[in-house]
Amino acid sequence: MSFWQRHQVFEKNSIILVIGILLVIAIGGLVEITPLFYLKSTIEAVDGVRPYTPLELAGRNIYVREGCYLCHSQMIRPLRDEVERYGHFSLAAESMYDHPFQWGSKRTGPDLARVGAKYSDDWHVTHLTNPRAIVPQSVMPGYPFLKETELDTSNIADHLKTLRAVGVPYTDEQITNAVADLKAQVDPDSPDAEALAKRYPKAVVRNFDGKSGAPTEMDALIAYLQMLGTLVDFKLYNEKANLR
Amino acid sequence: MTIGESGLSLIFAVTAFLCVIGAAKALDTAFAFHASLAAAASAAAVFVILNRYFERPAALPPQEINNRPNYNLGPVKFASFMGMFWGIAGFTVGLLIASQLAWPALNFDLPWTSFGRLRPLHTSAVIFAFGGNVLIATSFYVVQRTCRARLAGDLAPWFVVVGYNFFILIAGTGYLLGVTQSKEYAEPEWYSDLWLTIVWVTYLLVFLGTIIKRKEPHIFVANWFYLAFIVTIAVLHLGNNPALPVSIFGSKSYIAWGGVQDAMFQWWYGHNAVGFFLTAGFLAIMYYFIPKRAERPVYSYRLSIIHFWALIFLYIWAGPHHLHYTALPDWTQTLGMTFSVMLWMPSWGGMINGLMTLSGAWDKLRTDPVLRMLVVSVAFYGMSTFEGPMMSIKVVNSLSHYTDWTIGHVHSGALGWVGFVSFGALYCLVPWAWNRRGLYSLKLVNWHFWTATLGIVLYISAMWVSGILQGLMWRSYTALGFLEYSFIETVEAMHPFYIIRAAGGALFLIGSLIMAYNLWMTVRFGEAEVPSPVALQPAE
Repeated sequence: MSFWQRHQVFEKNSIILVIGILLVIAIGGLVEITPLFYLKSTIEAVDGVRPYTPLELAGRNIYVREGCYLCHSQMIRPLRDEVERYGHFSLAAESMYDHPFQWGSKRTGPDLARVGAKYSDDWHVTHLTNPRAIVPQSVMPGYPFLKETELDTSNIADHLKTLRAVGVPYTDEQITNAVADLKAQVDPDSPDAEALAKRYPKAVVRNFDGKSGAPTEMDALIAYLQMLGTLVDFKLYNEKANLR
Repeated sequence: MTIGESGLSLIFAVTAFLCVIGAAKALDTAFAFHASLAAAASAAAVFVILNRYFERPAALPPQEINNRPNYNLGPVKFASFMGMFWGIAGFTVGLLIASQLAWPALNFDLPWTSFGRLRPLHTSAVIFAFGGNVLIATSFYVVQRTCRARLAGDLAPWFVVVGYNFFILIAGTGYLLGVTQSKEYAEPEWYSDLWLTIVWVTYLLVFLGTIIKRKEPHIFVANWFYLAFIVTIAVLHLGNNPALPVSIFGSKSYIAWGGVQDAMFQWWYGHNAVGFFLTAGFLAIMYYFIPKRAERPVYSYRLSIIHFWALIFLYIWAGPHHLHYTALPDWTQTLGMTFSVMLWMPSWGGMINGLMTLSGAWDKLRTDPVLRMLVVSVAFYGMSTFEGPMMSIKVVNSLSHYTDWTIGHVHSGALGWVGFVSFGALYCLVPWAWNRRGLYSLKLVNWHFWTATLGIVLYISAMWVSGILQGLMWRSYTALGFLEYSFIETVEAMHPFYIIRAAGGALFLIGSLIMAYNLWMTVRFGEAEVPSPVALQPAE
């Protein structure tokens, strides 16, 4: 029986055809995805990387909501011009607590993986409100409504709990204090600010949008942008151990 | 009353009740809005099912009339109409966001009109709403004709087409309200994903059920591709979307995967949405509609067997080429690149199989603009599937990635291949499904063809230039070894190309409006009358 005749078993039995399709499409995915859950370079923890503070997380959710990832990548490739333009190439560990990841696929605007601490908070407020006020040639949309919109903080603890369920190591203490931590991060005079810094090392406490009163969406988004890429200290980081 | 009618109306009644509770307890307005929509839709479904029961004759439509299959064309017509509708909507939004990149004032600084929210609306509207409806319409038509059997199920096919379009409605309005899980081409949140899963499984069952009751001994090649498309999209959807909602009364969820693993899952999904939604599904269209329109058999049966298995086996591996030089391990990237290059072969095998089907009928290209559209779509398929493997080579990718070159590549495939093959299929399908002798006007098809082709050429050449230009500017150094251009200078340089691109998109949109008019007139009046010297009675 020739090969072509043998193939008729698929052409005459729909269920065998479906099973054949399932087997054939399973191989590639299994080979490429499964090892990523146990290979050292993809699951290794790097000093300094920590879960987001409640305010940063809220800011990140605004980043996701507004679709920022469609024009800004967060993945610096180990190419000379990118390292010189944006900083040290991105490590896998730096996005290990990102559910989902925000590496992006297009740079209509610049990469943001290490935008943290590059510009002042004032710069961000002005730029997000009207990008062309600072960068006349920019094609970015303006987001003036962010500083007018009060941040919804009601169920932020549930967000932390949900993230813990999918693998982000938030402690009980971080979850119970989520609302207090969120409010403390925009108020340098708050008595909770010190506890926040202890729970989340390197967390920046500032009145990000420069306005008094309840935290706004602008506060949250800038808090997130200002921490991007600042957690790992590359003076101490051992490059050789993680060559890829 | 059939079990289907009573069961489904009961399920929808319960769903309507649950959705009202969901709307009342919702944590955010978007969720409340979607729950209310779902409640209204469920109530409407109960009404429609019951109304149909009281109106219809006691017996269900027969499977055969006079020994000929009694084809079920209602769902086919509905999905064709929705495909055309969403196509125009999706192209319009595409034109708008292309213009926003040229003139940012068009973002209007409002949340629901900014680029970041409209872009997923554009991609989902053209891929899933336009493409998806065309795929469902053609697959339901082709599977019936090639199996010589009536579509399986009574309400199920309607559930698939209406349920799928309800998914589109929820997803699309969600984007405007900021409901997204930010995974490209898989943006809808958890509840839309759950709903799509139910609809998709029903789709598989209807399709498979029709194949199982076929009167033909062999399953026709187009149905293999449709089946691979339906089965694989189900697997990809489930693999990429597992998420935990923060609350079952809120729209926000967090994806189970994080970081590198999530990136790999995403592009395993993303690239195979291209491979199985935009390729395998539309290849099925090619394998049915080109032979049918050219009135020639498929060029090679053996080539189609090799094409089928090689394509579905190799495609699944290609995802990592979206992640070159990222934190994904090197070996995965290399594997993705290798398989992407190999994928060139089955892709061109399929192209040859489609094009050579015209052997002995090439002259029809002169007289039949619909066939020309179908053939040019296959030519665009060939071009994109050469460009794709080339861009997946790591050194090429280091230049092309993150630039407009990718956007141009996607659109040569999306406008040239998916768009044209869909247009060609609809031009064939509408007269067949509505039982018209022919299209209202072939001349208008010709106009559509040339307007859209010119639009595509403008679009992709503008993106080639802007993409390569920007990639080169980013890596350009001065004689002293400093980066030559600031980022914003590279943005400024894109402006003229963004205008050309928008002009190309406008032409493509105009073409589709011509098409919609032509199809509308076809359904209303059928083939245009030949001018006659004798005064004729008006149509009404």
